[in-house]
Amino acid sequence: MFETLSDRLYGIFENIGKKGKLTEQDVDEAMREVRRALLEADVNFKVVRDFVSAVRERAVGEEVLRAVTPAQQVIAIVNEELVRILGEERVPLEYASQPPTVIMLVGLQGSGKTTHIAKLAKHLREEGQSPMLVAADVYRPAAIDQLHTLGRQIDMPVYSEEGESDPVKIAWNGIKTARDRSASIVLVDTAGRLQIDERMMTELEDLTERIKPTETLLVADAMTGQEAVSVAETFNERLNLTGLILTKMDGDARGGAALSIRSVVGVPIKFIGTGENVDALEPFYPDRLASRILGMGDVVSLVERAQQQMTEEDSHKLEEKVMEGRFNLEDFLNQLQQLKQMGPLTQILEMIPGIGQAMRQSDVQISDDQYKHVEAMIYSMTPEERRNPDIIKPSRRKRIAAGSGTSSDQVNQMLNQFRQMQKMMSQMGQMGGGGKKKGGLRGLLGGGGNPLGGMSEADLEKMMGGGGGLPGGMPGGGLPGGMPGMSGGGGGDRGSSTQLQPKHANRRKKKKKSKGKKR
Amino acid sequence: MIFSKIFRRQAEPDPQVEAGLKKARRGIFQDIVALFERSEITEDLYEDLEALLIQADLGVETTVELLENLQDRISREGIKQPSDAREALRTEMIALLHNATKNRKIKVYQRGVPFVTLVVGVNGTGKTTSIAKLARYHQKQGRSVMIVAADTFRAAAIDQIRVWGERLDVPVIAHEPGSDPGAVVFDGMQAAHNRNIDILLVDTAGRLHTKHNLMEELKKIRRVMQRHVEAAPQEVLLVIDATTGQNGLSQARHFSEAVEITDIAIAKLDGTAKGGIAFAIARELGTPISYIGTGEKFDDLAEFTPETYVDGLFFGDEDEED
Repeated sequence: MFETLSDRLYGIFENIGKKGKLTEQDVDEAMREVRRALLEADVNFKVVRDFVSAVRERAVGEEVLRAVTPAQQVIAIVNEELVRILGEERVPLEYASQPPTVIMLVGLQGSGKTTHIAKLAKHLREEGQSPMLVAADVYRPAAIDQLHTLGRQIDMPVYSEEGESDPVKIAWNGIKTARDRSASIVLVDTAGRLQIDERMMTELEDLTERIKPTETLLVADAMTGQEAVSVAETFNERLNLTGLILTKMDGDARGGAALSIRSVVGVPIKFIGTGENVDALEPFYPDRLASRILGMGDVVSLVERAQQQMTEEDSHKLEEKVMEGRFNLEDFLNQLQQLKQMGPLTQILEMIPGIGQAMRQSDVQISDDQYKHVEAMIYSMTPEERRNPDIIKPSRRKRIAAGSGTSSDQVNQMLNQFRQMQKMMSQMGQMGGGGKKKGGLRGLLGGGGNPLGGMSEADLEKMMGGGGGLPGGMPGGGLPGGMPGMSGGGGGDRGSSTQLQPKHANRRKKKKKSKGKKR
Repeated sequence: MIFSKIFRRQAEPDPQVEAGLKKARRGIFQDIVALFERSEITEDLYEDLEALLIQADLGVETTVELLENLQDRISREGIKQPSDAREALRTEMIALLHNATKNRKIKVYQRGVPFVTLVVGVNGTGKTTSIAKLARYHQKQGRSVMIVAADTFRAAAIDQIRVWGERLDVPVIAHEPGSDPGAVVFDGMQAAHNRNIDILLVDTAGRLHTKHNLMEELKKIRRVMQRHVEAAPQEVLLVIDATTGQNGLSQARHFSEAVEITDIAIAKLDGTAKGGIAFAIARELGTPISYIGTGEKFDDLAEFTPETYVDGLFFGDEDEED
């Protein structure tokens, strides 16, 4: 659907490459694409203007004109500038010197305040705090019930007052109660409101005056368009915001609003919401959002999630197995289960550069159900069969098919694909002796500071590897492409979709398409 | 806020609120008016106009196309005066939105067969509030209304719709939180039949359009409806938040693919948002836009018409030029 900025820039510079010389006009053309990409990501118009002129200034300098790969150079500059605006590093929550720390969430209707109160509470408890929630949205029907329900879900106390219509009173009493119960954090939920609703904004000012929150966080929807800035500006003028929570980042919104708010209002983005469950809250990292705005995937988050699921030792063992070609179905099942714990498959694939886009383009739907067949087949095998799939002959195959509710053919297909994957892995293992390929991901992590910023598109492509498999330290070795059974599951159309191509192939295809469309 | 003026807000004339309204209106409307106050049509005019349209969330492609059409018209009709150019822009904008209304189907309300409206959208766009407004809208036409609380996922969503039901005196069919939305829809269809209800409004959980499984759930809900009434749901209403940026296109596209959206409602137009995404949707998808939500009260729902939309958001009434 969207053509990513990197694709477009490559398109421009590819043509120039043939001419052999880069002119200022070429840079201008590139800048137009940068501008367009940012506007399509809903970055505020004025922010885009300033941004583009900053990038241009750097780009017309020697570094791009002389560069062997100008496209990469421009992308790197854009990425750096994005990260600079988004705030070089993460700003954590502040705590009051004397507890309880009061955190107030404000925002427009439907941005996700109540849900994020619960997420934040859970997150803070995991950090060792003891939070209490206060329901001060007295307007929306059942808003208080909603907070109570969420409170029960996460087993956290919720303060509310039946029949009281003054949020200031409720919040004040809530904080008093929290102090009595020695809660360390009070999270105050407020009603959604328009920033131009004078009465409601005055109410928030009164509330702030009274409860003096340490943190006043604006909850903003990642899908917000150009208005994001004026909303945030007004809230900030009246309440002195201390931070931003960007919600609904699990969709396909690029989240340009965040960049705009950060740039114009200057408040740091502290968290992002990535799903409907109370766990779906992540600290904000500028570099990751930068690559998302550019449509470049989010390898770092992916690796981090993987690491949460796997200890260093596990990953070493796995790596050894892969290199020695001893990776068997048992290991594969393990990997599959860990992969599942990392989150929905689509979300994981989205994070891999190029793949999210390839999926959108071919309109692929990968459902987590597709693992299930593979899982069922492996579960229907004896331990011996899992360790040594070669012994699976027709009669065993029949039994496995019957046990897993699949067909003999499906089992066969899965086994074949597994063998291919095994082969690919052992080749990769042999290749990766000491070079960059092995542990590419880990190297990335170890780089410190700003991993994606220093990475060129070529590195990203390399990481994806020829066959589309993630090498080395990544659990599930051949994550995309070679996953057995995936194509067997849902019929031809879906199957072909999971055959993820290396990035160039895909780029070329798309270019043709877009050319056809333009005229 | 401009809409409130056009669609008569029954609000208390609070001077503070009024001041807020004025502030909001000042934005793009005055800018566009000011734009055409120069003495001749110049290249600058187009550039400034482009900036304003992009800032209204029309998106780059729609803006570019609109400007091309405008330029064509201006040269074709030999327009010299900026004020005529302004009129030409208005005409082009309205024409663009007609893309989204010409596909609108006429609603047929049959006696004895419930007219089912399935309301869908991403989280927090205003589905539940829109349902309350729709209920009111139909009540005023003398139709009997029933609501099905099929948002069984979000905490207290069922309570919320129950409160609305009580206030409107509309029966609400609901199950336990966390239960299967298909099952409650099944019961709702049955109840609507038994009680001879004219309009059945089905509230669903907000879902991101990129979540395959949740979109499948919507398809299932639709199948359940079709088992009772073949033509159901006669209306599949996508609610889009007016503040939405270019992602609105993706929402419309994905929801249409899953459940064949018949109508779109643009909600929350009472803010400062310009709802420019309506133009992008009209241009790229042509999905019918049918309603607009203009406030928090029951009656703040109006039929979408291109003329009012364009005038309300971009040009204002005559008396606003003071």
